[in-house]
Amino acid sequence: MNDHLLSLMTFFPLVGMLIILFLPREADRLIKTVTLIVTIIVFIISLPLAFDDVFINSSAMHYTEFANWISIGQYFQMNYNVGVDGISLWLVLLTTFIMPIAILSTWHAIDKNTKGFMALALLLETGMLGAFISLDLFLFYIFWELMLVPMYFMIGIWGGKNRVYAAVKFFIFTAVGSLLMLVAIIYVYYFSVEAGVPFENGFSVAHFAQLDIPAHLQTWLFAAFALSFAIKVPMFPVHTWLPDAHTEAPTAGSVILAAILLKMGTYGYVRFAIPLFPVATMQFTPFLAFLAVVGIIYGALVAMMQDDVKKLVAYSSVSHLGFVMLGVFAMNLQGLSGGMLQMINHGISTGALFLIVGFIYERRHTRLIVDFGGLSKVMPVFAVIFMIVTFSSIGLPGTNGFVGEFLILVGAFESELRIFAVFATTGVILAAVYMLWMFQRVMMGKVTNPKNEKLKDMSAREVAIMMPLLIFIFWIGVYPNTFLDKMNPALENMIKQVKDKQHIAMMVEDMDQTVTQATVND
Amino acid sequence: MENLVQIALQNVNMAAILPSLILTCFGMGLLLINVFLPRGTTRQAVWISMIGLVVTGFFVFTGWGNPQYGFNDAVALDNYAAFFNIIFLFAAGLTILMSDDYLHREGYPVSEYYPLILFTTAGAMWMASGTDMMTIFLGLEVMSISLYVLAGFFRGQVRSNEAGLKYFLLGAFSTGFLLYGMALIYGVTGSTKLTEIGIYLNGHASLLENPMTLAGLVLLSIGFLFKIAAAPFHMWTPDVYEGAPTPIAAFMSAGPKAAAFAAFLRIMEYCFFSLKPEWTAMLWVLAVLTMVIGNVIAISQTNIKRMLAYSSIAHAGYALVGMVAANEIGYSGLLFYMLAYTFMNIGAFAILVLAGKKGEDNLTLEGFSGFGFKRPFLGVAMTIFLFSLMGLPPSAGFSGKFFIFAGAVEAGYIWLAVIGVLNSAVSLYYYLRVMVYMYFRDPVEDYAWVSLPAAAVISIVIALIGVLYLGIIPGDVMELAKLAIF
Repeated sequence: MNDHLLSLMTFFPLVGMLIILFLPREADRLIKTVTLIVTIIVFIISLPLAFDDVFINSSAMHYTEFANWISIGQYFQMNYNVGVDGISLWLVLLTTFIMPIAILSTWHAIDKNTKGFMALALLLETGMLGAFISLDLFLFYIFWELMLVPMYFMIGIWGGKNRVYAAVKFFIFTAVGSLLMLVAIIYVYYFSVEAGVPFENGFSVAHFAQLDIPAHLQTWLFAAFALSFAIKVPMFPVHTWLPDAHTEAPTAGSVILAAILLKMGTYGYVRFAIPLFPVATMQFTPFLAFLAVVGIIYGALVAMMQDDVKKLVAYSSVSHLGFVMLGVFAMNLQGLSGGMLQMINHGISTGALFLIVGFIYERRHTRLIVDFGGLSKVMPVFAVIFMIVTFSSIGLPGTNGFVGEFLILVGAFESELRIFAVFATTGVILAAVYMLWMFQRVMMGKVTNPKNEKLKDMSAREVAIMMPLLIFIFWIGVYPNTFLDKMNPALENMIKQVKDKQHIAMMVEDMDQTVTQATVND
Repeated sequence: MENLVQIALQNVNMAAILPSLILTCFGMGLLLINVFLPRGTTRQAVWISMIGLVVTGFFVFTGWGNPQYGFNDAVALDNYAAFFNIIFLFAAGLTILMSDDYLHREGYPVSEYYPLILFTTAGAMWMASGTDMMTIFLGLEVMSISLYVLAGFFRGQVRSNEAGLKYFLLGAFSTGFLLYGMALIYGVTGSTKLTEIGIYLNGHASLLENPMTLAGLVLLSIGFLFKIAAAPFHMWTPDVYEGAPTPIAAFMSAGPKAAAFAAFLRIMEYCFFSLKPEWTAMLWVLAVLTMVIGNVIAISQTNIKRMLAYSSIAHAGYALVGMVAANEIGYSGLLFYMLAYTFMNIGAFAILVLAGKKGEDNLTLEGFSGFGFKRPFLGVAMTIFLFSLMGLPPSAGFSGKFFIFAGAVEAGYIWLAVIGVLNSAVSLYYYLRVMVYMYFRDPVEDYAWVSLPAAAVISIVIALIGVLYLGIIPGDVMELAKLAIF
């Protein structure tokens, strides 16, 4: 079974989608149950990955599968080439873990066209898993684009008031970036063919990473990749689609978007942009780190000023993902592993926050902070859970957010990005300001609005949704090594390869300069 | 006199014109049969013409890989022609299947419609297999004249009349350009045979800078660029597509356009290979212009049929990119793209046919409000066609664009590829907008939707299969396209 574990995991949701398409339209509950079962089965299929110790000792790809998919004479070969290493491992598991939770959150929230929603959700799961396990750039691109379509419809059909604007904006922003990446992918392919990589390897990332692409080409290619991923992350200043999409999307859509889709961008940097173009990475690092820090502070400041809880959480994502980017570009083990861990943390904490916003929205049909106040008296269980999640989002020691942010800041401080780390640290303080202020206005004080007096506390289903997330908030907070141990070998290996290439490039440049100087001296 | 007859007979090779011969026979026979049938019965005509297409398809398939030349090298039924013939046959078949119910609904159950489509297809086949200027011109005329009639087929509707007349006047004008170009080239080289012209031009370097040669090349190009609706010769397209019966608009955007590409590419490659840098430079500019004009103007359209007309201009631009690349992958990508475009565009038009009611009132974006939920099957099919037109994987449109842009990148036209994908990005907006209306808006009124006729559903299903097959497993067809180019 291990031979085809990844394929089984990736395409099982598609099977579920077909089943759903044949269920009667009116069987609302049945459709939801089937979807939930399918996503749980996918999670179970993916579980052996979590317990496999092979990742602790080896940086290589595991569970690889290879099949020739499209081959056209001696031009192209596109391969079905998938595998998992320490970098993608936890993101794959995060995906399979979040999906059942997201589905469970729709139990009462989605009541029109349930069939369509569930079919799209399963299609989306296939797209996301496929993108995380692809080792062939062409395959990756297919899955990457495949994710767009279901999310577009989820926002557009089941979203809020401004859904059409948000859906179209989301689609166009993401697609524009990826189209430029497509040209870059084709270019790298031809470069590899000319460099003598046998075309049977297709668009294999591992082979592309071994190419010696001249620095000036790397600049352009990296720019194309980086733009595409930056939009997805999203980095300042191409983040503007995110608040709209998050605010308008239904709860399940926001959860998936925040927890998994945004990780595609940061994952793209770690897996593709940096290893393929190490020299350009070096050139772009200060610039991207600058944007990351701007994102951290700007996102936090804007979040502080929001009167809509969901928008606040959306802007906090911009801030949090700025941290991830800073960690990634520190290019040392602390920074990168912190960044990777923070991806998971953000998935859990922000996913949980969106669920919480969804809970109160279902009860009150408003998300404005002024409409609430003193909820902790009416809903004690809710208050406790909300508080834990808030602390996790702020990064209080003992919760997952602390570990991630700490590692990132340490990593950035030890790298050449020290000055950026100094500014980024203010983001931690700002996060405490906007989260706690919001928490205070929503939960503390007296119940001012009579409509809030009779709110029901959380139901068993809602607690069941939150429980797994809470467990991981503490687990990662207290003992992150479970996760770090498995990602470190792959990250170390990647850092080494990138640094080696950067050193060689710098040495060549030095030599060029010496030669030029020597000629001038003569 | 006797000598002439002998020469003509010596070179007769019926196998070289077999597909178009069969189609013409079926068309003629159909015209005769129609005389004996009561007015208003069209079902038989549909069946007979479909049989004609299938029989022709059979001979095209069996003739693959076995090129036939004849008539003093005026006709070549090589793989190149065969590949295009398959495109024409699919275009004609899909069009005929969606037409029958539509003609009845619109009040023109006239069975002459079907033979005209068969003649158009036969003309297109002549264009694809012509290796002599005269053959190509004859094919173009047969195809165009049938199309003029078809565009104005609804003779009681002002718009249809307008479309027919406009197409006729402008088409005749452009044919004049084409013929003038051919005459000039004949004047320079003394031959109408494509290969002879090519060899002659190649052997006389001084002729390459001769103004007469260049004028001939430009005039010839104008004639074809008009037919493929490339900017700045695209002005007729929106009006003609909008006015013509919807299935005919679908047909025009796929079959005849592919035919014009077939002849254009063959002439460029056979006659003007020594002028390649010049004509690729010319087409580079036109490809960009065509993509930009098509996509930008499509944004402001509120009528879906007009929007698809502008989008078809844009798609001609993408196909021209393949010609500019002028390498194996670009050319075979162009052939592949023509087939892909046939499926996705005719499919989208077929949805329009079924979305309308009498008088074609329902072609506006507003009219599509809530369409996706009222007609789930048509909605999903339209969504897939639109995503394919956008070029999203895994669809035929994506594979086609991928090959074409890969050709451009390989040939060093990276900026052209970048402009191409940016244009695709622009196109996202107007294709998405159709879906916005279909799924994100509530229906404005409860529409009296037409029932789903079986034949039209079959045509949509075939188009869907085509789009998904070419999208998920493009390798096989791309191999064929590679064998088909020169």
